Amino acid sequence: MNKIISLISGIIFGFGLTVSSMTNPAKVLGFLDIFGKWDPSLIFVMLGAIIVSAPFFFLFKSKTKPLFAQSFSIPEIKKIDTKLIIGSSLFGIGWGSVGLCPGPAISSLALLNNYSLAFIASMFLGFLLAKVLN
Amino acid sequence: MNIVNFTPFSAFVGGVIIGLAVVLFFIGNGKLAGVSGIASNFLTSKKNRIDNLLFLIGLVIGPILFSIFINNEIPFLITDSFPLIIFSGLLVGIGTRVGGGCTSGHGICGIGRFSLRSIFATITFILTGIATVSLVGAI
Repeated sequence: MNKIISLISGIIFGFGLTVSSMTNPAKVLGFLDIFGKWDPSLIFVMLGAIIVSAPFFFLFKSKTKPLFAQSFSIPEIKKIDTKLIIGSSLFGIGWGSVGLCPGPAISSLALLNNYSLAFIASMFLGFLLAKVLN
Repeated sequence: MNIVNFTPFSAFVGGVIIGLAVVLFFIGNGKLAGVSGIASNFLTSKKNRIDNLLFLIGLVIGPILFSIFINNEIPFLITDSFPLIIFSGLLVGIGTRVGGGCTSGHGICGIGRFSLRSIFATITFILTGIATVSLVGAI
């Protein structure tokens, strides 16, 4: 059952990314181009996703287990440290230089192009480097 | 500031759909749909590897279904500079792992859980993203 849930969640997620045009790097760069030609759409994507998911996160806080797994796996870590700031800063620089973040990058593989492939390959290399650094 | 290409309706609807995926993954599997975490765990950990892979495959199937049932033209406009794409991919890979999340993990799931850490992370990457776009635009 977990496998079916994973697949269906991924499909719905990828579909939503496409509906909102977040799979288009130019659209994302437009959101970050606040001092130029600004496209605020991404705020509405986040709002829609948060409005739907927040009540469920809240309601299931007191539940001991999810429907098809033994327990919830939620990050325990709460501290705001230099790692969080440095990591997020680097991510923002990468995100702002092309307009791709992990979800849309993987979804854009559906459009069969070498740019997405090159991005994902270097992102995976980045994951490995981060693992070595840690 | 000029506002252009603003599509609040489709953005919000897409966001709601993404939210439903986040909810299903959470109440079904008990996990947060943070894509950088899922992708890097798929790469570096044997635990739940198939589940993680299936989520990633789903991410690719989503746009295919969109192109079959809604609109077969999915806009995709990206720089043609491979060095910039590789630079960007490396930073996104390292940054999301050091910072523990990306737009989905911190920006949607984290904020949805009212995690102060994620709110902080999201503000940080949006700010450095804005700074990068402004700098690149100025060159």
